[in-house]
Amino acid sequence: MKIRQLSVFLENRPGRLAALCQTLSESGVNLSTLTLAETGEFGLLRLVTPEPDKAKQVLVAAGYAVTTTEVVALQVPDRPGGLASVLAALEPKGISVEYMYAFSMRAGGDAVMVFRFDDMDRAIEALQAAGVNVFRPVDLFGG
Amino acid sequence: MIRNLWNDLNGTFFPESALDYMPVERLREVQLQRLRAVTSLAYERVPLFRERMDARGAKPADVQKLEDVRLLPFSTKADLRDTYPYGLFAAPMSEVVRLHASSGTTGKPIVVGYTAQDMEVWKQVIMRTLYCAGYGRGDIVQNMFGYGLFTGGLGLHGGLESIGATVIPISGGNSERQIMVMKDFGVTAVCSTPSYFIHLVEIAGKLGIDFRRDLKVKRGVFGAEPWTDEMRRYIESATGIKAYDIYGLSEIIGPGVAAECACQDGLHIFEDHFLMEIVDTTTLEPVPDGQEGELVITTLSKQAMPVIRYRTRDITSISTARCACGRSIRRIQRISRRSDDMFIIRGVNVFPSQIETALLKTEASLPHYQIVLTRKSGLDQMEVRVEVTGEMMSDRMSKMEELQRRFARSIEQITGLHTEVTLVQPGTIPRSEGKAKRLLDKRNEGN
Repeated sequence: MKIRQLSVFLENRPGRLAALCQTLSESGVNLSTLTLAETGEFGLLRLVTPEPDKAKQVLVAAGYAVTTTEVVALQVPDRPGGLASVLAALEPKGISVEYMYAFSMRAGGDAVMVFRFDDMDRAIEALQAAGVNVFRPVDLFGG
Repeated sequence: MIRNLWNDLNGTFFPESALDYMPVERLREVQLQRLRAVTSLAYERVPLFRERMDARGAKPADVQKLEDVRLLPFSTKADLRDTYPYGLFAAPMSEVVRLHASSGTTGKPIVVGYTAQDMEVWKQVIMRTLYCAGYGRGDIVQNMFGYGLFTGGLGLHGGLESIGATVIPISGGNSERQIMVMKDFGVTAVCSTPSYFIHLVEIAGKLGIDFRRDLKVKRGVFGAEPWTDEMRRYIESATGIKAYDIYGLSEIIGPGVAAECACQDGLHIFEDHFLMEIVDTTTLEPVPDGQEGELVITTLSKQAMPVIRYRTRDITSISTARCACGRSIRRIQRISRRSDDMFIIRGVNVFPSQIETALLKTEASLPHYQIVLTRKSGLDQMEVRVEVTGEMMSDRMSKMEELQRRFARSIEQITGLHTEVTLVQPGTIPRSEGKAKRLLDKRNEGN
């Protein structure tokens, strides 16, 4: 159920993000989605790719500081209250969202979003019990 | 219990180490004889020393007692650079059997030479160093100091073979292979820079190797860079080995100038070969025993390249108390900083080693860092740039900001100075010869 996200440290300077994308593209690593969180001086680039091991290896070899985190991709109904309906399954359990961002594909007219919860296992359990579609890596990236 | 002064704490007798226990009066006589001889040699054979002594009106014959060393001129690393490559040699090249060179961080390296007799002395002081740390026949020793022009690898190698240890001349680098060799070859002792060994301890952890359970390493000698008690405590608690400090510098002989004994309370200087003085860094006058100052060394037996009153730039003090191990040769305190690295900011003396200690309180291994000094509206500012490693990384911004604050707090606790800490990408701090350039002083570049 869980998919692996890579987080990469980037300084907030012109060309740093482009250089990283160039490194990945030269190795033929495809990016499924990414998001950049930033302060004034540095940023954390979080990215999801079908080949996290290869991507990490390529980035570490190119001198980047990288860490791997487990996240989940959820199907979120694309209508008012859609996200609220997903989060409603978690609130009674006291599970909170650390961060979330959109996935670059859609599923049957619904949005796909990437979530990191403070308790991943209990979150998945609660979401599935509430009927939320938790994507498997194969659903997202194919076999 | 009455212990024979010539034996070590375990009652073992090593002939080479007997000189460590020489009666003090006799030791001073030997030092004076040798000081007179080396002064004459330097005066007769080395133009730089002759010119400086003439300029001071000092003649070799003026050296009548040990304190008369103060009549002689100082020498520095700049003198070795200025006379590059062989200008300070006192022996003809036909007598020189070995050359080493140190990696100058700026410009040309410095070159040092050894006669056959110098090589023999070097071997002896390394043997004494190793016996101090409890090495002996039967040890399988992984020597991770660099082999080649650097004095560390080959310097220790000669002594290791002579004490009958089995030497693995592996040099540094390729950490996973180092761990494999350590395990498969049944290594019992190591020689390394402390920072590289700490790196290896972490790699071993990642490979699931437990030093106590999976390895036989019992002891290590560590040197070639200033280190701290925090680093020793980390090494000893993480691995269960005993970590001994060793001291030396290429300009004097290489490793083998001073070494810690089983007491781990300061380093014994092999005084029969090296005459030490501790001087005030600004007045260059001797300081009382026990007080900190710059270590100045005169080689007493070197033939190829004697050096007179060499300013090591290393800050230490002489321990006056007799060591519990029974050795009569005196000790210096662990060297954890160098006078030329010191900087003054807002009236406070700061050493990069203090910043290192602060960073090590937050992170288990020392990250690459750089201290950047600037001046804003007449006020000195200190910024510490720290390269982020995979171990420090988090996917959460709040954790990264917390890391930044922890570094800043830790530096403030130790130096008393407010510091801006900037996290930077790996590999962005300029390096020379693999060492990061620690200090960038931009205060006088005009604003």
